[in-house]
Amino acid sequence: MHVEVREGPLSPWQELADFEAGLPGGKSGATASFVGSMRDFNEGESVVAMFLEHYPGMTDKFLRRIATEAAERWPLDALFLVHRVGEIRPADAIVVIGVWSAHRRDAFEACRYLIEELKSRAPFWKRETRPDGPHWVAGNTPG
Amino acid sequence: MTINIKLFARFREQYRLDETEVTPAAGDAPVTAAALWQQVVGEPLPDSALVAINMEYVAPDAPVADGDEVAFFPPVTGG
Repeated sequence: MHVEVREGPLSPWQELADFEAGLPGGKSGATASFVGSMRDFNEGESVVAMFLEHYPGMTDKFLRRIATEAAERWPLDALFLVHRVGEIRPADAIVVIGVWSAHRRDAFEACRYLIEELKSRAPFWKRETRPDGPHWVAGNTPG
Repeated sequence: MTINIKLFARFREQYRLDETEVTPAAGDAPVTAAALWQQVVGEPLPDSALVAINMEYVAPDAPVADGDEVAFFPPVTGG
């Protein structure tokens, strides 16, 4: 299991491939992944930059908790979760989740669980820079 | 009794407060997170606020103890 809060660049597909290369082959019949990236628009306005704030200590603890819960609830072979903080630019990846399991139902459900728990409860806050200045994002759209 | 209060994101900017230590007002009733907010900020805790004590989510009326870290923040927007 790899869980990380990162201030710095994220290459989701390369990092998923690198992580998978370290797993024992032939075990996982299913891999489900989710990548969340920054849009250049929100609520009808253009967004030129974003800052992602977090609660050092609690955010990491919360992500580890939902990863542990997912691993208890579904029979998973491996789990990869990285979420960025700090300065983000449009098209940058913000979050990557990968879940490996023997069967697709468990992989899909665990991946969905992780992103929905993260989006609804993990202590992160987006402050977008729009043409008229900075705006705190009020809430996430329903999954 | 000393409690460490932390505000994040929009709350931190709106109330111009990052972190502070507070000694709860004297009284017989147990000190709750929401009461500390009222004492520090001077208005009721917003309905949408999320509260954590020692980095664990709690209800706003959760009791606090000496040395606790109590955090208040708006709805989360990660992912």
